[in-house]
Order: sequence, then structure tokens, then C-alpha cells
Amino acid sequence: MDSSAARRQVVLPGDVIEARGLKPGEGTFVEGGIVYAAQLGIRSEQDGFVDVIPLAGRYIPRADDEVVGQVVDLGPSHWLVDINSPYPAPLHATESPWRVEFGETSHFMDVGDSLLAKVLGVDETKRVQITMQDQGLRRLTGGQIVQISHSKVPRVIGKGGSMISMITSYTKTQAFVGQNGRIWLDGDVKDTVHAVRAIRMIEEHAQSMGLTEAVKAYLEGVYGPKEG
Amino acid sequence: MEDIEHIEKEIQLVDANGRRLDGRALDELRPIKIEAGVLRRADGSAHVQWGGNRVLAAVYGPREAHPRHLQNPVRALVQCRYNMAPFSVSDRKRPGPDRRSVEISKVTSEAFQAVVFTEQFPRTSIDVFIEVLQAEAGTRCAGITAAAVALADAGIPMRDLVVACASGKIAGQIALDLNKEEDNFGDADCPMAVVPRTGEVVLLQMDGHLTDDEFDRAMKLSMGAAQTIYEMQKDALRRRYAVTAMDVGPEPAGVSA
Repeated sequence: MDSSAARRQVVLPGDVIEARGLKPGEGTFVEGGIVYAAQLGIRSEQDGFVDVIPLAGRYIPRADDEVVGQVVDLGPSHWLVDINSPYPAPLHATESPWRVEFGETSHFMDVGDSLLAKVLGVDETKRVQITMQDQGLRRLTGGQIVQISHSKVPRVIGKGGSMISMITSYTKTQAFVGQNGRIWLDGDVKDTVHAVRAIRMIEEHAQSMGLTEAVKAYLEGVYGPKEG
Repeated sequence: MEDIEHIEKEIQLVDANGRRLDGRALDELRPIKIEAGVLRRADGSAHVQWGGNRVLAAVYGPREAHPRHLQNPVRALVQCRYNMAPFSVSDRKRPGPDRRSVEISKVTSEAFQAVVFTEQFPRTSIDVFIEVLQAEAGTRCAGITAAAVALADAGIPMRDLVVACASGKIAGQIALDLNKEEDNFGDADCPMAVVPRTGEVVLLQMDGHLTDDEFDRAMKLSMGAAQTIYEMQKDALRRRYAVTAMDVGPEPAGVSA
């Protein structure tokens, strides 16, 4: 972990980024042939691009992101869904898993209902379309939603999903982590409380050493060491 | 009028050794302390102590611009509100916007519009709130300096941070970063905000009179000080985001377990 920490570098807006033949990627801009960071984040290299992974900021939807949304308005053939971004996302009736007659959207989902959805596409004027036609996407019943900063989602998920699966296996809860920073949790009320605490811990200490160990210690403190 | 002329001669703003009332040299800044990420609810925030000034800046957004007719279909708005707390000055300041704070709000939002990549967030608004908790001359510079840190803390894409610093003329000499007495009894005050990387000027105002030559020297002083303050801003942000562990990398979307 130490060696990878040494390689990671926090960059601030206007910082020169070493590109060495790499193409400027997300979170960067070019002026006079030099690559600069456009926002606060961590420098990373991927597929021949040099990117800045944001450490802060609002969630900006991108195609194929899976998100947890909440219905805020109804139309005769669509729902307007808040996906925790600056842009409200319409969900058209034909993108829902049901056969919806014109004007009967409220029979399936009403204002205040939560749902799992996927971003279908975002055009250049940032108009968002979402869909529920994919595996596992549905209207949510029961459970609760925790809101964190979207930039901390990768740490809640952990490498290859290790962090979230550790939390769910200790607390015996079900979880869905949306890219927009909303996490849906379902399970026994007491267990969910511990899962929420673990997530809050990750959020607060997202950048500290030995986060996995700290979360594990907390969960073991509650549930005792896990056998096997 | 005669009375004021009289006071000006009585107060000696610069002594024989070139020291000012508070013991500073002519090209010396007041002590500055910057802290990033001080507020929990805001998307980004910063607190700046600049001599006797205490300024808090908070940033929200990008978020949907309201009222909707203000929305620009191709870019984001940068809306600033500069406000002085009633207790920020020795005589209670009547709360609410006045002519002065409306002007400062306008010029600061224009300064930030020059650096923020507004075209990345069409139809949204980026709201910057600058609250002066304690004032002692140079609050607009302290406010801009704080707001720039708050914007970076909020993860807003920008070409660079913005740094502001004032310089002016006291007792016939060009001096950096005027304090309250120097502002009140000096000859001129010239706040400016720059983009340190490129040297672009995004805000320039002047109260009083300077000759061409004096103005050039004042600009040079401010430009030099801007680099110092720029480093302090960056230092504040680095302290906040000192990453030590946990690899941050793109992870598969919507992992459910």
C-alpha cells in the first residue's frame, strides 16, 4: 500500500501535469502544449491518457452509470427522477420494466419512490436519459438510503468490491452502491445501523491509512470475529 | 475639508526608517492563514485570516439555476454574494446588501467567471458565498482569496486559482496590502485579482489617484505578493487532501452485494 501511495499525487487546478507522451484525459486541459489539471484530484494514467480523478465535486452523470434515484415529478408518459446531480433525469415509460398506459405512470411509481436505474445517455447539453431495463434495476421497497459524496464511492466499494462485500457479509444486509453517491441498504434495523456507521467511517476517513482494517475492527467489535 | 487635511498631516503612516504603523516594511504583507474545507454542509469552503480580517467562503454547485430564466443553455453561471456581518466593523453594519456589497459581489463573480470552465455545466449555477466576519481593510481581496480555495475544494474545474491582493500609496510612497489606518488616511488603494499562472488580471479597481509610474510599481508589488499567497492557498488545499492510503481508481459501476 505504501508504494502505491507514493506514486499517487494530489494535483490542484492549474498545476502542470507530467504527460510524457500521454494524451490529456478527463479533468485536464491543454494550454500552449502543456497539460494542466482542471480540478482538484489525483493524477492517474490509463490507456494512454493522463487523467485527474476528482476528490470532490458534484456528481455529473455519465452513460452506463448505475444510480439510486428518487421520483420528484410525474408526467403522463414519464417520471422525473432526482439522481443527485445538477440535472434532473427523465425516465420514459418505455424505459421502465412495465407496460405503462398513457397517463397511468402513477400506478407504477409515485413522487417520493426510490428506484435503481442506469444512465442511458447524456448529450452535449447535459440532457440525461435513464433506463430501468437492465438486470437488477427496479423500484425499491423497504431499506434505507445513505447519501455520501460521489467521489468517495470508489472507496466504499473498495478494490473489486471488497469493502462493500465485507460490510454486507458482516451485517447480513443487502446493499446497492450507486455511482451518484447514494447507497441503498436493506436488512435488519440493527444491522443496517452498523452498516451505515461503517459507511460513514469510510466517508470521514476516506484518505487515511489502514481504512479497511479500521472498518473491519469496527465490524468485528460489533459482530465478533468471523469464522472461516 | 480643512479638518481632514489637518488629520492627514498629523498621522505619520511611514516613519523615518520606512516602517509602517504596524511595523511592516512597505513591501510586506500582513500575516495570512488559510484553511480549506471548514464547513460540512457546503460543497466547498475556506476560512482566511488576513491581518485583522476574518473571512469565510462557501461554494455550492454546480446546481440547477433558479429562477429558471437565468439559466444559460451553454454555460454555468457563477453567482457571488459578498456580505459583511453586522458585527464585522466597530459601528454595527446595517445587515443586508448595500451599494458597496452589491458592487463587490458583481466584480468577484466576474473575476471567477474568467477562470471556471463554465461550459462544462450548462444550465447550472455555481454559487459562491463570501461572509466577512471581521473587517480590517482589504476584505474583498481576502474574500476572493478564500473563495478561490473554496471553489477548488468544491471540485469545480478551473484554469487556475485566483489570488487577490491590494497595494496603494501612503504618505507619498507605494505600499503593499494597506491596513485600516493606511486605507483611511492614505492617498490611494488599488485592489487587484490575478491568475498567477498566466499573470492575467481579472479584477482591478482603484480608489484615489496614482501616476502611471506609481501604478506600475503598485501592480508589481501586488503581482509579487500574489505568488506568495498562491502558495499559501495551494498549501491549504494540499493539507486538506493529504492522501496517504487507499488506492483511488475507477471502480465498476453499481456494485451490489
